[in-house]
Amino acid sequence: MIEGISIYEILTLTSILFFIGVYGFFTRENLITILMSIELILNAAAVNFVIINTYLFPDFLQGAIFSIFIIALAAAETALAIAIIINLYKLVTSVEVRDTETMKH
Amino acid sequence: MDWKSLLLMRYELGLLAIVLLLIIFEIFSSKKQKENLISFAIILFAIHTLIGFLPLDKGELFGGMFNTNALLHFFKGTLNVGVLILLLQSADWLKDTIVQQKKSTEFIMLLFSSLLGMYFMISSGDFLMFYIGLELATLPVAALVAYETSKRISAEAGVKFILSSALASGTAIFGISLLYATTGSIYFDVIADVLTISNLSVLGFIFFFMGLAFKISLVPFHFWTADVYQGAPISVASYLSVISKGAAVMILMIILFTVMKPLFPIWTKIIYIVAIATMFIGNLFALRQQNMKRFLAFSSVAQAGFILLGFLSYDQLGTATIVFFVAVYIFSNLGAFGVVQAISTASNKENIDDYEGLYRTNPKLSLLMMLALFSLAGIPPLAGFFGKFFLYAAAASKGYYVMVFIAVVNATISLYYYLIVVRAMFLRKNPNAIPYFKSRPYMRLGLIIAAVGILMAGLYSPLYNYIFSISSSF
Repeated sequence: MIEGISIYEILTLTSILFFIGVYGFFTRENLITILMSIELILNAAAVNFVIINTYLFPDFLQGAIFSIFIIALAAAETALAIAIIINLYKLVTSVEVRDTETMKH
Repeated sequence: MDWKSLLLMRYELGLLAIVLLLIIFEIFSSKKQKENLISFAIILFAIHTLIGFLPLDKGELFGGMFNTNALLHFFKGTLNVGVLILLLQSADWLKDTIVQQKKSTEFIMLLFSSLLGMYFMISSGDFLMFYIGLELATLPVAALVAYETSKRISAEAGVKFILSSALASGTAIFGISLLYATTGSIYFDVIADVLTISNLSVLGFIFFFMGLAFKISLVPFHFWTADVYQGAPISVASYLSVISKGAAVMILMIILFTVMKPLFPIWTKIIYIVAIATMFIGNLFALRQQNMKRFLAFSSVAQAGFILLGFLSYDQLGTATIVFFVAVYIFSNLGAFGVVQAISTASNKENIDDYEGLYRTNPKLSLLMMLALFSLAGIPPLAGFFGKFFLYAAAASKGYYVMVFIAVVNATISLYYYLIVVRAMFLRKNPNAIPYFKSRPYMRLGLIIAAVGILMAGLYSPLYNYIFSISSSF
């Protein structure tokens, strides 16, 4: 619990964070910034779990533990995505979205 | 703790043991022995598949996080058979290309890890296990999609797959966090008891549904499908369209029918709209494809729309029809992908035009392709007909007659484009047709098992009765 701050403010913050992430995913031109947008989405979910746990259901730690797993899996996801992007960069020397469009119909 | 209860995880432990054995084999084998790795993996997995058919008790582990019952047992066995066929079909391609690059162990380990994730995903009893299983099922496949590191389209497909799957799982866990806010628990049993229709729970459900809709490639989350299938190696595309989709359908069904049961007035509406959109868009886009892999990608999108018909009847009948259709779909699609793989391994050709005159040069392959495509289209007496028929019956049992009519219209459209391929193979004459070639033993075995599956699942009716009898078990 944080003094003077209710759950509404924090949930508003995480919702804004989530939609910034979605907006960034659809509008960014660079693959790395798309990856950063996804991190925003995952972190919004992680903060949501912790906050809901502490404010609404403090008896069990289900939400807090879930957030730890989100952080770990997000790291794995990012590492793999970076590896694939680096491989793409070796082939086309670019990380722009418009250079990944050879298969469009 | 009673160690015997861990035997409920027999599938998972067996597969884990196989992965570890492969690592040991990789470390301690000489260069010459490494060429036998694929045969070794296939034999191990065949033993694992056979052990899987032994009876298994119903029960739960880890305080309800992991559970198993007769239906899950049957479904894991089906997934095993699918992966075995897929391994047999891709053995020659692996030997020709991947073994030369010394990357074959990793390929098979990633494939098995992903299957392990699917086991955990479909047996999960809470959202944490579900999320871990989902990620374990998705991430290795992303690595496999980008596996041909020297090919540009493979890398592009990998980027598209990992980014869109990360977005989907991020959205899904945001939805799960909202469901957690409404119910105060992440356990399926507890949520099913206390969930009620409120704005927050409906919003959470929609976010959650988006994550799984991506895995099943339902419209409007199907954009990745065609590109990823085209860029990925054929065996990986086949894995994505068959095993990955089947497991995702299964867990979506379990969650909708048990956990989200209180929300069914909401989700039947969503399923209704998504099913119509998926069938139409999948079918209409399949009409204009030239590449065989893109063609099968849109065909699999359309098939996912048909599967959704079974969800409209949220009871034992719906469960049985969905599981039966997925089992049939695994065999049919593996038959089609197997022929594409055989032709691509022999001649590197993947376009529908290249298949012209195939019947004159390779009659057996064309016959199997015809069987598989007719089964996908739903022509009696092949397995696909009964699968679709039961799905229509399930939707009609709840009074969705308009939906059944739309589905029948779509089945007719799909018949048209499946027949385009059949016409190219049987009726067109082509002096430059793909010359006769003889597939190697593994490939032939894989194709024969798929063909037998297509015929037997349709003609051998006790299969459906068995699935129906175990469908009440959860």
